[in-house]
Amino acid sequence: MNWITNSVLPKIQALVRREVPDNLWHKCVACGQMIFHRDLEQNLHVCPECGHHLRIGPIERLKMVFDEGKYDTIQLPKPALDPLKFRDQKRYTDRLREAQTKTGRNDAMVVAHGTIGGVPAVAAVFDFGFMGGSMGTGVGDALVRAAKLAETQNAALLVFPSSGGARMQEGILSLMQMPRTVAAVDRIKERGLPFIVILTDPTTGGVTASFAMLGDIHLAEPGSIIGFAGQRVIQETIREQLPDGFQRAEYLLEHGMVDAVVHRKDLKATLGRILALLLRPRPTAQIVALPQPDVEIPGKAPATKDDGKSTNHVADTRTPAGESD
Amino acid sequence: MRHFLDFEKPIADLEGKIEELKHLSGTGEMNIADEVGKLQAKVERQLRATYQKLTAWQKVQVARHSDRPHALDAIEHLIEDFQPLAGDRSFADDAAIVGGIGRFRGRSVMVIGTEKGATTEQRVRRSFGMARPEGYRKARRLMQMADRFALPILTFVDTAGAYPGIDAEARGQAEAIARSIETCLAVRVPVIATIIGEGGSGGAVALAVGNRVLMFEHAVYSVISPEGCASILWRSGEFTKDAAEALKMTAQDLERLGVIDAIVPEPLGGAHRNPKVALSSLGKAIGEALDDLAKRDGGQLRIERRDKFLAMGAAED
Repeated sequence: MNWITNSVLPKIQALVRREVPDNLWHKCVACGQMIFHRDLEQNLHVCPECGHHLRIGPIERLKMVFDEGKYDTIQLPKPALDPLKFRDQKRYTDRLREAQTKTGRNDAMVVAHGTIGGVPAVAAVFDFGFMGGSMGTGVGDALVRAAKLAETQNAALLVFPSSGGARMQEGILSLMQMPRTVAAVDRIKERGLPFIVILTDPTTGGVTASFAMLGDIHLAEPGSIIGFAGQRVIQETIREQLPDGFQRAEYLLEHGMVDAVVHRKDLKATLGRILALLLRPRPTAQIVALPQPDVEIPGKAPATKDDGKSTNHVADTRTPAGESD
Repeated sequence: MRHFLDFEKPIADLEGKIEELKHLSGTGEMNIADEVGKLQAKVERQLRATYQKLTAWQKVQVARHSDRPHALDAIEHLIEDFQPLAGDRSFADDAAIVGGIGRFRGRSVMVIGTEKGATTEQRVRRSFGMARPEGYRKARRLMQMADRFALPILTFVDTAGAYPGIDAEARGQAEAIARSIETCLAVRVPVIATIIGEGGSGGAVALAVGNRVLMFEHAVYSVISPEGCASILWRSGEFTKDAAEALKMTAQDLERLGVIDAIVPEPLGGAHRNPKVALSSLGKAIGEALDDLAKRDGGQLRIERRDKFLAMGAAED
């Protein structure tokens, strides 16, 4: 070590960096392909070469799923600070503050509301960049609020997990977020509102083993790791090679744990279709208003009864309750 | 032969001496009653001193003690007319989770517990109390049945955690645990959960979402084992004791944090020294909780349980 390496080199490097920003090109973690940032954005952060779905932040996610990329986020409370006074090699309060500074958020979840395909929806999105998207009391708070918001707006609740699991630094209180979040989504279900989980990379541990596996519908992004136990833990326990594609979205589809693996470019349309089907179950006026033959078909039930029903439908162009405002 | 933990060495030495004296007295050489009495008093003092201030890591060792009463011991001691029930009606019966109907102090109840097994053979058969999805699905089935027949549910939790394996993942370990939690929250009967030994993470909370959560005095309950925590956060197994301390996993810590409702006292020197006394004290605690909960109707029980867990760690506005 001398003054050249200590002070001259960093200065030169800083100069060079300023001229050629290194964030113009991204390397695909799956195939190694260098992708120009604009191409990557246009392609919804999916590698154009191999189709790998790169992890994205909550804001990109929200823009991607809500109509015209428009939504409103809600204010989330500051989580109770370090109830355990936890300290490993670092203080938990320091780790938390670092993550808050880095992300500009209170904790690892963003809650927003808007419409998808015209249907009102509340989305709770994990931020993997915030302490690995780990679930502590802050995430619990956010999810409880998201569920309440969906309840008051008569909207669907969508959750996008991307999380390593429970936040160890909050000890037992992080474990308690499992029943807490399950209780939160229970209320949504009781109200007859759809609860849809879009599993993204990675969804593991206490997050998977609570609300994330209790959706009415589970969608998953291709290639996402989804599971309960970590692969290292499993390998150390059983001392066997893990099968190819183990705990990937496709593996879960095959094993009956998700309804569909959906490419990111199809996600919004898929969500729009599902929400419309679940929250607007009646046929729309246009379809029912198609001209009906004015003849009685022999062997069929009297047409009058059916017509009566159809009339109801024709008149029924209303939106689901609560959507008007 | 009693099994001693490393920090119980002074107690082991004293008890060894007592044994020796008793053996000698058998030969009629001397009157040793006085001496034995003195030593026994010393043992008690030593036990009291040690067990009053067990460290978190020592509690972990006590909670995992092989002579500690297990779920099946609790059932044998507390439940009459026990009828074991098996299977998830879908794939298999998981021996890591035991359950059935029986009578607790005259009342019909549903009992569900994680069972580590007493002998090596049993431990292997029961996966050391680490349940697979079929275990949690069995638990769910039994809880739903209890709901149908208005039977209070008693659970006894003693597990290092859910089984981490390929087969468990393939059959949906996460979903099975999540459903078990959901069912604990949904039933309209009293749910009284007791952490009797080790309460290990998701595999424990799956059966511990109760109107009342009790915990034995020297049991532990945590989001991750201290070993796992040390290896992840300290990147070394050397820090297991620090991790145990930091995780706040003792019954006393959890009562302070408001996560459990009551601590069930253990006999001097831990439940493993006198399982019967420990289980009687558990029976008393469960009885009190049940008497109290039995006064409420199903809907109220359900709402109270849900509100209790919705408030866990809630931020103040």
